[in-house]
Amino acid sequence: MALDSKVPSGSISDKWTNYKDHINLVNPANKRNIDIIVVGTGLAGGSAAATLAELGYNVKTFCFQDSPRRAHSIAAQGGINAAKNYQGDGDSTFRLFYDTIKGGDYRSREANVHRLAEVSTNIIDQCVMQGVPLAREYGGLLDNRSFGGTLVARTFYAKGQTGQQLLLGAYSAMNRQIGRGKIKPHNRHEMLDLVVVDGKARGIIARDLVTGEIERHSAHAVVIASGGYGNVFFLSTYAMGSNATAAWKIHKKGAFFANPCYTQIHPTCIPVSGEHQSKLTLMSESLRNDGRIWVPAKLEDAQAIREGKKKPADLSEEDRDYYLERRYPSFGNLVPRDVASRAAKERCDAGFGVNKTGEAVYLDFASAIQRYGKEQAYIKGLDANNTKLIIDLGAAVVANKYGNLFQMYEKIVDEDPYKTPMMIYPAVHYTMGGTWVDYNLQTTIPGCFSIGESNFSDHGANRLGASALMQGLADGYFVLPYTIGDYLAPDIKTGTISTDLPEFVEAEKKVKDQIEKFINNNGTHSVDYFHKKLGKIMWDKVGMARNAKGLTEAIEEIAALREEFYKDVKVPGTADSFNQELEKAGRVADFLELGELFAKDALHRNESCGGHFREEYQSEDGEAQRDDENFAYVAAWEYKGKPSDAVLHKEPLVFENIKLVTRSYK
Amino acid sequence: MKLTLQIWRQKNAKAEGKIVEYPIDGIEEDMSFLEMLDVLNEQLINKGDEPVSFDHDCREGICGSCSLFINGEAHGPDRGIPTCQLHMRMFKDGDTIFIEPFRAAAFPVIKDLVVDRSAFDRIQHAGGFVSVNTSGNPVDANTIPIPKHDADRAFDAATCIGCGACVATCKNSSAMLFVAAKVSQYALLPQGRVEATDRVLNMVAQMDAEGFGNCTNTGACEVECPKGISLDYIAQMNREYLSASIKG
Repeated sequence: MALDSKVPSGSISDKWTNYKDHINLVNPANKRNIDIIVVGTGLAGGSAAATLAELGYNVKTFCFQDSPRRAHSIAAQGGINAAKNYQGDGDSTFRLFYDTIKGGDYRSREANVHRLAEVSTNIIDQCVMQGVPLAREYGGLLDNRSFGGTLVARTFYAKGQTGQQLLLGAYSAMNRQIGRGKIKPHNRHEMLDLVVVDGKARGIIARDLVTGEIERHSAHAVVIASGGYGNVFFLSTYAMGSNATAAWKIHKKGAFFANPCYTQIHPTCIPVSGEHQSKLTLMSESLRNDGRIWVPAKLEDAQAIREGKKKPADLSEEDRDYYLERRYPSFGNLVPRDVASRAAKERCDAGFGVNKTGEAVYLDFASAIQRYGKEQAYIKGLDANNTKLIIDLGAAVVANKYGNLFQMYEKIVDEDPYKTPMMIYPAVHYTMGGTWVDYNLQTTIPGCFSIGESNFSDHGANRLGASALMQGLADGYFVLPYTIGDYLAPDIKTGTISTDLPEFVEAEKKVKDQIEKFINNNGTHSVDYFHKKLGKIMWDKVGMARNAKGLTEAIEEIAALREEFYKDVKVPGTADSFNQELEKAGRVADFLELGELFAKDALHRNESCGGHFREEYQSEDGEAQRDDENFAYVAAWEYKGKPSDAVLHKEPLVFENIKLVTRSYK
Repeated sequence: MKLTLQIWRQKNAKAEGKIVEYPIDGIEEDMSFLEMLDVLNEQLINKGDEPVSFDHDCREGICGSCSLFINGEAHGPDRGIPTCQLHMRMFKDGDTIFIEPFRAAAFPVIKDLVVDRSAFDRIQHAGGFVSVNTSGNPVDANTIPIPKHDADRAFDAATCIGCGACVATCKNSSAMLFVAAKVSQYALLPQGRVEATDRVLNMVAQMDAEGFGNCTNTGACEVECPKGISLDYIAQMNREYLSASIKG
């Protein structure tokens, strides 16, 4: 099967406008007769559900949390990009488009990214109208900050809680439609399979997580907005419940899975502290606006710090290695995430790490506190030589910008980051790979759409900071509502889809069988036991740096672990009650398949690009080496029964507007 | 660290619940409270018992899922954080810790420590929004300047994570702090002013219909709120309500 991206013809800046002018529309009266299922209620799913309901469709939403407001979009901290050019610093739609393509290491689809940049400005307008309290300056206008991989300040924010505020905005839009009866929410529900009738997505099988009841839901189209699959690593900044089950079930029903090996390892997370750790906590990239990253310049100092004999403040400026500023003078501490993460790993591998395990670097605010303190003293006409006053004034400015992050750090680590530098280390944070979709955000199953992090389309091999919120809301508010209408236009006479069709019966039986199998398995190990083992294989062999040998081993080890899991997993409780272990078992079963495909994809891609770093393919100074001649394509995998049998389909990436060059931030 | 846990176990909404004692050993100071419960659950599963159910998700203090009443305090002894950010260094070796669900008539228990907080959602359905459609061509975001002070106060109200600690803490099981935070966020912004009258009346009516109690200004909610939402917002809501009632 040849992949058709369905990118419209015409110049890049006209494609989306022309597309919208010529698609099929569904008239308002007919929208009432069309049902749409949305799985996942984060920024993408929540905004899509609200908009589709506003348009008049009957929407059913599904989320495993007890309320849509708890989707993990809520944890996004730093901000959301938009090409508003409010700062007059030279921003434009083209620049945002260019930065995103370059940031993604030239592995994303031009037309999708340009559309994203185009609608970015609408998002800010929309959210402000909804009452989202974005940060403002004293004149009452919106404020911006700067994020990695760009030379302009285009990031809008709400302190360190931007994701929360935007999600609550989308949730409020949903609430309005729930109140009007246009959205029927199914919270504490989990989608466990997709139902395909005559080649079209026509419904889902879901489990009510409170009663354990297995339910059939039909619709004319199904939208998957279930987020990314980073929890395949067990330890990540994802929520504990974040899972790939919906995305993996549609993959098994025919949706191709694209670029699973493109995973983002975020450079600034709180380092792992012990064996029992259940999750990792992000410290926003926005901190790199003001924080400087360093390790000791001398090995003996690093060792003394690790042993507790020296403190970071004991080291003079010349004994510190601000390695990002040294290696990348033009972007400095604001290089993209993949570059910053690898640089931290490189220093720690070389023995310069600063915590007990040697896997941490410093993120230091001392000079920012000084700078802001002096600025404030000057403004207020106070004594600029009073050291304590300067620190107090500077700390107040920093607290105003990042207060909640500093508090979070202190609670977890038990150290005051105003006084001593933060310790940070990279952690799994986002997955650029995901369900393959065409320009319409439709998967290879007609009627099944995938939006937000769950699709692959916009970020290539590396996502820039503050672009996830942008993509989630762009897809949900401004893209899908058009493209899904074009698909549904011929469906207006179909009528309600019966849930008694044999396809529903069969899918439901399969779901029930798997649940029964887990409950009656009576193995010896908990689900977490297997999940942790999988996570360790993934982190050690499919993590920040990969090589052919490790990947080959990982593939075998994951397949063996999967077999052991089915033989030996123990799931207590019953199928017909609230059972969190049963929920986890189903999710980990899917991760055990996805992890193998992930490693297979990483093994086949004989190049380094963005978040995918193959040790065999690097320049002399340790930078990623792309191979555009052989790998400028999207790898879309077709399910054939086992991950090892998956078939590769290639969508060539054509760059007509941006020249492929080596990505440099030096 | 060696601890004695006294945990509320309840099979389902209809079953009777009771406190069950679980001794636990080998707990480290750096563990979060929920990681301590993970350790307990792993032990229970290995012994063939059913693990303790509890709500949790982001484990970084923002989703509002976690909801435990620990030694008689919502989210435990620390301040300004929900349970997932509570660390075992707040306890000492030999402590007995009582762990119960958030209790309120409007928050029925689902199982063990998991409660049903959908009443909060229904209050939001009644008016927790600004009625604007997604059109893609509203006015430019900078057309309406908003004084920084107002924007900041609206933001502070909007940081509510909807965990329900205010209700669980209040002797009247009142949801006033939760509702006041949403009402105030919109009341302070020009975008929200347009519907301010209907919003406050509808949300308060729904709050009452859900069976939450009244506010008697004890201020316990503000103390236990993991986001430090100020009692001032309740005063703001009362003003909004009064003026809305007069306008009718």
